[in-house]
Amino acid sequence: MQTQIEIHTEPLNIQACIDWIMSPDSGGIDVFIGTVRNATKGKPVLKLEFEAYNKMAINEIEKITKQAFDKWPVQKVLVHHRTGTLQVGEIPVIIAVSAAHRDAAFEACRYIIDTLKQTVPIWKKEFFEDGEVWVAAHP
Amino acid sequence: MEITVLAFGIAKDIFGGASVTVALADNATTADLKTSLEEKYPRLKHLASYMVAVNNEYAEDGGVITDRDEVAIIPPVSGG
Repeated sequence: MQTQIEIHTEPLNIQACIDWIMSPDSGGIDVFIGTVRNATKGKPVLKLEFEAYNKMAINEIEKITKQAFDKWPVQKVLVHHRTGTLQVGEIPVIIAVSAAHRDAAFEACRYIIDTLKQTVPIWKKEFFEDGEVWVAAHP
Repeated sequence: MEITVLAFGIAKDIFGGASVTVALADNATTADLKTSLEEKYPRLKHLASYMVAVNNEYAEDGGVITDRDEVAIIPPVSGG
């Protein structure tokens, strides 16, 4: 049961994540890579800005990874999140999970990204040609 | 007592800074803090929701705050 949780101001390194998550006792790894999309509801997005309450974000991510270990027979879990300004195509988040069998890896990975989006204190601001908006702030 | 409240995301825009100082009665709760902040910063009430975090944990409305606690306003999160 190994976990690696990091919040970076510099670009995330996909290969380093894969290297860490691979292990001889795993039958597979599942990797989710979030990328900055060039539009929201048809409106062009110029860039995103991510801000985190780092200490609490790491606490909350730890809770999620513990839940994943309780729910599925997974071996290693990695969560890297980026903060700062990200251009279209850049990577805000990488989740990687290894397990002896693929079902556990797929399900745990999905659970981790879905729950992270709901509970972890990280915020994103979208920049459009005509303004900027904190995502999900208003109903 | 005086409490320093950390702000993130849109709360930072609403407060006009990364933190604000709020005067509260001793034994004030997170609900009292919300009431006091909403009086001073009515835009908080227009958010989809927001939470108070005490010492890096989401806090219940009845929880008592002391001036040794790290207190933060958590507007709707949008990471990932």
